[in-house]
Amino acid sequence: MSSFKSTELLKSKVSKQKWVESILLVTTFALFIPVAAIFLILLIKGYPAINLNFIFAGPSNGMTEGGIFPAIVGTFWLIFLSLFFTCPLGILAALYLNEYARDNTFTRIINLAIINLAGVPSIVYSLFGLGAFVLFLKMGTSILSASLTLSVMNLPVIITSTRESLLAVPKSFREACWNVGASKWQTLWYVVLPNSLPGILTGVIFSVSRAAGETAAILFTGVAFYLPFLPESIFDQCMALSMHLYTISTQVVGVPESYTFGTALVLIGLVLIVNTLSIVVRSYYRSHRKW
Amino acid sequence: MKEKIKIQNLTASYNGKSILRNINLSVIQNEILAVIGPANSGKTSLLRCINRMCDFIPEMDVEGDILLDGVSTFAKRDSTVIRRRIGMVSPLPVGLPMSIRDNVTFAPKVAGCKDPVILEEIMEDCLKKSALWDEVKDRLDMIATKLSGGQQQRLTIARALSHFPEVLCLDEFSIAIDPVTTMRIEEILKELKKEMTIILVTNLNFQARRLSDRTAMIFEGDLLEVGATKDVFSGNTQQQKTKDYIEGLFG
Repeated sequence: MSSFKSTELLKSKVSKQKWVESILLVTTFALFIPVAAIFLILLIKGYPAINLNFIFAGPSNGMTEGGIFPAIVGTFWLIFLSLFFTCPLGILAALYLNEYARDNTFTRIINLAIINLAGVPSIVYSLFGLGAFVLFLKMGTSILSASLTLSVMNLPVIITSTRESLLAVPKSFREACWNVGASKWQTLWYVVLPNSLPGILTGVIFSVSRAAGETAAILFTGVAFYLPFLPESIFDQCMALSMHLYTISTQVVGVPESYTFGTALVLIGLVLIVNTLSIVVRSYYRSHRKW
Repeated sequence: MKEKIKIQNLTASYNGKSILRNINLSVIQNEILAVIGPANSGKTSLLRCINRMCDFIPEMDVEGDILLDGVSTFAKRDSTVIRRRIGMVSPLPVGLPMSIRDNVTFAPKVAGCKDPVILEEIMEDCLKKSALWDEVKDRLDMIATKLSGGQQQRLTIARALSHFPEVLCLDEFSIAIDPVTTMRIEEILKELKKEMTIILVTNLNFQARRLSDRTAMIFEGDLLEVGATKDVFSGNTQQQKTKDYIEGLFG
């Protein structure tokens, strides 16, 4: 029995393999550096500012002192109200496009519109929101107008991610359901939707981050630089963390550096907290992934 | 001799390409009708027309009519009612991504049955009929997709039986399973014949000969002939092509 000998060819293949592997490792690491750097810098520079007063008090003395409570509240309003509009609309639209719509000119135009909608800069959404919601529908600059603008901006995200995850459910599952006499809707409800939920939630997570971090889209539609009071209804204006961050870092003189970084830290923390909910649900469904 | 299904002048095309031409065929109650023919002859399309799955294929155009117990199925607006009366077993096993129990009770549930006692009875009965009960009775809550291919195919059959179909269509049910399991299922089919009408599409001529009462030969979208299985397989065919196909000269 002759033992296996590594040939010259094999040696060169092995060294090539190692090269590729190390290049991939370096790129992955390069990706990790900025993320880690952002978190580190925010933590180091922002942490001294974080205390109960910073989180639960309003800004005072020309925004150079006090806290950011109104901005936190405003961001929460914007996130949840915009999700409230986007999620049902986007998911139902995706369901229709994927499961019911026939492939005709009309559907293709809608598909093209969705792709284009995703490429529109956010400041353009802001102008659209100003024209459509604030002025034409007479909602005024309000949380409602700003949330609606954010929902329009997030619609293509939700639609696309929902459609992708619906496509990932094999056609054979649908046919098996139809074969035993389940209607289209029963098939969707009992088999397709439960199995595409993780993918849909990924879109929701992404929308949360976009709604929380967006500045331009809410600029003209409902967010104020400074408000001495908290919003009482969706028809009031509000402050938002992202806008507040922009204001104190560029428009106001004499804001301590830790305040700016503290605000950014709270913004990121808030997004993480809201996303944790969807991430927990998603990982639950992923771990119960059934095929 | 009651005609359970009567196919009248059925013509179908896919994306404008003709796949079935002017099919006239009757299926008699409580018989096993084998449908044989080379690949791409339109055997599966014929089954899809019978249970009106063709509704879900936008590229498919169908003309003619299919009568079930003398009533037109194509005239019905809601095709789910038709599919509840016609069971379908696809060539590749599909375990739905839910527990074994839910797989078998899915059809009765979507048909509106909520009583857990009845559902449990249906499940046990169907799993026994499909020769799967002994293997899975202790793990009914396991995800069905973790079963082996052969087990999943028997689960597919159990699911097809779970809505008490009057007609059972099997589309090359044995291509994904081993010969032993195939023989077991064939025995079951012989039993089931007493309760229902069975249409068996198969590429295995021996299977058609073993099981069926009559055999229909489809070639490139045309129904060449239909006759008693013992005649067709003993060389008494009306068409030379059928004889050649059965003897393995082509196909």
